[in-house]
Amino acid sequence: MRERFLIGFDPFVLPFMIGMAFVLTYCIVGLVRVILQLSKADRRKLAASLFKPANAWRNIRDMFCDCLFHVKLWKRNPKLGYMHSSIAFGWFMLIVLGHIETFMFVPEKAGLFYYPIFFRYFMMMDNYSLRGSFFFFAMDFFLLVVLSGILLAMYKRIRSRFFGMRRTTRLSITDRVGLYSLWAIFPLRWIAEGFTAGIAGGSFMTIPINMLLKNFMSNPENITVAWWLYSLALGTFMIALPFSRYMHIPAEILLIPMKNAGLKVYHPRKGFALAQIYTCPSCGVCIDACPMSASKQNLKDTSVYLVRQIKRNNARRMNAMTDKCLMCGKCQEVCQIALQSYDIRMKIRERATYNLELNHGYLDSYQPSIAKSKVLYYAGCMSSLTPVTGRSVKKLLDAARIDWTQMDPDGGVCCGRPLILAGRRKEAEQMIAKNTAIIESSGASILLVSCAICYRVFKEEYALKGIRVMHYTEYFNELMEEGRLKLNRGALRYAYHDPCDLGRGCGIYEEPREALSRVGIIAPAEKERAMSVCCGGSVGSLTLSQEDRIPITQASVQNMLFSNPDRIVTACPLCHKTYSRFSPVKVVDFAEALCDGLEKKADKVPEAVLETVEL
Amino acid sequence: MIDFGYSLSKSRTLRIDNLDDSRFKALHKLEPDAYKCIGCGSCTASCSAGVFTELSLRKILLSMQRGDEKEYLNQLQSCMLCGKCMLVCPRGINTRHLILSICKICSIEK
Repeated sequence: MRERFLIGFDPFVLPFMIGMAFVLTYCIVGLVRVILQLSKADRRKLAASLFKPANAWRNIRDMFCDCLFHVKLWKRNPKLGYMHSSIAFGWFMLIVLGHIETFMFVPEKAGLFYYPIFFRYFMMMDNYSLRGSFFFFAMDFFLLVVLSGILLAMYKRIRSRFFGMRRTTRLSITDRVGLYSLWAIFPLRWIAEGFTAGIAGGSFMTIPINMLLKNFMSNPENITVAWWLYSLALGTFMIALPFSRYMHIPAEILLIPMKNAGLKVYHPRKGFALAQIYTCPSCGVCIDACPMSASKQNLKDTSVYLVRQIKRNNARRMNAMTDKCLMCGKCQEVCQIALQSYDIRMKIRERATYNLELNHGYLDSYQPSIAKSKVLYYAGCMSSLTPVTGRSVKKLLDAARIDWTQMDPDGGVCCGRPLILAGRRKEAEQMIAKNTAIIESSGASILLVSCAICYRVFKEEYALKGIRVMHYTEYFNELMEEGRLKLNRGALRYAYHDPCDLGRGCGIYEEPREALSRVGIIAPAEKERAMSVCCGGSVGSLTLSQEDRIPITQASVQNMLFSNPDRIVTACPLCHKTYSRFSPVKVVDFAEALCDGLEKKADKVPEAVLETVEL
Repeated sequence: MIDFGYSLSKSRTLRIDNLDDSRFKALHKLEPDAYKCIGCGSCTASCSAGVFTELSLRKILLSMQRGDEKEYLNQLQSCMLCGKCMLVCPRGINTRHLILSICKICSIEK
């Protein structure tokens, strides 16, 4: 290969160069801004993590796996995985191969940004061109890979259901400009390289195009037009990139090291949060995942739209969307970039201002007398509305001959999580301090909690010295494993609902299932464990009215009825209360279900039931 | 005045002309459920903070409708936002948001 032109420049490269310069400047300024916004400690943490070999390796691996190959997406949805990785990896290879070609044939031009991109325009074949034939083929092959991805992307816009997505994001105007120019880049590249295939060489993709209209194609004036169009498409895409969702391409490279360094969100649109917001690719996976999407009016309040409003700094919408959220954390679970929407929302809530401060000073004089015992049982506020929970826990504890006392028999101090969820962390501290004092002075070694909401706050916010905080699902399962609590297995089929705060919040999925499988048969729900659907009763949502919660609860109940259970079991009094109103089958508390095993005296499982299970 | 052994109690009549329910109207804007309350008192009966203090959401809401909520607002400060009132409300009022909205609108003058 050798150069076609002495000067190695043509005005058509200008749109590309302008776009490139713009994107680079924007990204560098953005990078500096994000780094400066971090606190000193965070910056040091980030810098230290970059030089740790294990972490550096993790960063590189994540960059390849997440940005180029989209491994997580492949696992979740192979069709979407192929679509994204074919475009990302194909394009990456086109750029890399272009650079290798430039280095091999015209090393003196390697410093020019545009040369590797428009290589086929500036070069021509000579007698030794066979050395480039590997590249002819490779370039065309990756162009085909990218084009196949683009074709799928176009089809996804028409029929998202083919990709298993019920709903996709409604794109903003800049997103559309970015999208259409991205779609245009590769067909135009194909055509442009087809025009020069007779001069600069090509392979199975570009040669046939060139053959098609030989005279038209080899006219130098037409050649320039084709390359102008290609460059214009690239330029448009790059100018639109910072204002569109395609900002995720450069932003993810920054986000990965920040995430691996273990930084925390401290402000809804600064530092780490800003990096996350720009990395959101607006894919819309969170729309289908959100329990609120059970009714159409809530679709625009899902995480992907929240991110858009944060980008625009639209305070009114940001607050409204945040206050509506159930804080179930499912969007975070399905998110490809693991956007910490829960933390970002919490920070938005914490910034809300109120004229009337809450004050729990009255608690200072509250001194309950608690008998000394090994296990201290905290039922929580909600449990007083589902008295069956407390009764069942009592039965089980007595059956296992545990030395226990209840901390709040006549209604104690709230755990503080509802206040924290309302963004009033400071005001919750009084309650946390009071509860800590009561628990620590009780002399118990285990704090037993029967509410998922309380459990999470005890785990996350309380510092209880020498006291093991246990959710009753953990505790009763442990008692059964140790043989201290003996229950009989019945024939009932239980569908277990993972409460958001227990499952996604604290990662407890196995213990309740293990315990339940000792008293009955587990009937799986359609979506469970990390994918479990919020019951709709969450105290996380501040503004969702009771009527608007009904469709959410109904959808969630349907999810639980997937394999026709006899009972729906939940380990949270709030889920229990919410489900009971809408479920056609009986909703029982986890402890209540275990009590079924207390009552039956060695009932044999009817054979008919066992048969259906095996099927 | 002749002492009959009993007297007229203090008038509880509201003068509509002087009624200042602007804050109640503002509350309704923030939380439309404010109009739904039937004053049954379930919220007060189930209240976690009510065990320790005089907190009565029913009284606060009623006084807001009458425009004389000032003496009741300090009760509201003891709320723990636990949300039990929301679950027991027969009218399905979003009481937690109602309380937060009152906190946004009203303030205690010192």
